[in-house]
Amino acid sequence: MSLAVLTTRTRLEERLIFAALERRGVPYVQVDDRTLVHHLGARGVPRYHRVLNRIMSHTRGLYATRLFEAAGLQVFNPSHVVETCGDKILTSLALTRAGIPTPRTVVAITPDAAIEAIEQVGYPAVIKPAVGSWGRLLSKVNDRDAAETLIEHKQSLRSPVHNVFYVQEYVDKPGRDLRVIVIGGEPVAAVYRRSDHWITNTARGATTSVCPLTPELAALAVRAATAVGGGMLAVDLLERATGELLVTEVNHTMEFHGLAAATDVDVADLIVTHALTAVERAA
Amino acid sequence: MTATLSTCPDCTEVVPAAGDVRVASITVCPGCQAELEVISVDPVEYALAPDIEEDFGE
Repeated sequence: MSLAVLTTRTRLEERLIFAALERRGVPYVQVDDRTLVHHLGARGVPRYHRVLNRIMSHTRGLYATRLFEAAGLQVFNPSHVVETCGDKILTSLALTRAGIPTPRTVVAITPDAAIEAIEQVGYPAVIKPAVGSWGRLLSKVNDRDAAETLIEHKQSLRSPVHNVFYVQEYVDKPGRDLRVIVIGGEPVAAVYRRSDHWITNTARGATTSVCPLTPELAALAVRAATAVGGGMLAVDLLERATGELLVTEVNHTMEFHGLAAATDVDVADLIVTHALTAVERAA
Repeated sequence: MTATLSTCPDCTEVVPAAGDVRVASITVCPGCQAELEVISVDPVEYALAPDIEEDFGE
């Protein structure tokens, strides 16, 4: 059994995954996504049996996953999971369909309808790019003046994706959010991510600490992971002041450097186990 | 772990690398703070790291 690990950069996460593979003596090849060229329909003997996708770009990761799947290889996570998790609108649709509690969410697909969407949510509202990450371009809009300005500025970005408005209620969380790692349907670890800023993303300086994996939290995280198709996932949640848990997003190419520093759970080793042994069912 | 030395392509400052450094790792130049990508390991060579793109990350 050989494994291809698709990468964009060799971050701590990838180093830990390579170390886990080397400890097990599993043959693998690191494939830089900048070198990928696929001749569609070409026949040949695959150089590896399975593929672990660690590509940092959603667009590149989704296409690479589809290309390898078309060549008959199992890719983890599979393309249908990448597609759903990489787009917040598709994620919210999957979560809502499964009856999972999320922040109230309204979508407008043109700037013309954006103000109506924002005012249906009410102020303050949070506006997020449908495809985007690390907390970039998240906006907390406190009043109509700010909403109108934001809509105008987003139109000036020109890209059609910025003229789709994904609007959520602002949840006044207690200075932290929660992340639960779910691998193969099993909740394996949870952390709090704390920040003085309303954006609690480790890429924006949030710090992590261990969070008790209560039965309620574990069950909700597993339901959310299942709703988006399962696999190796990081489920992000917020708490209302009442303690109610809300799922905000599910990440398909999880970063776990913060979790690795805060817990003893060897996420890289669990990822390797999943990539080598999981059986992917057709979407 | 043996440290090896190479230089920043931008400011020529010496940028140390751990002995087990891997290609496509990212480091920051101690001289000019530029993000550098390791493009070879024997010897260690750096290039300016590609920009983070809009759909990068999780």
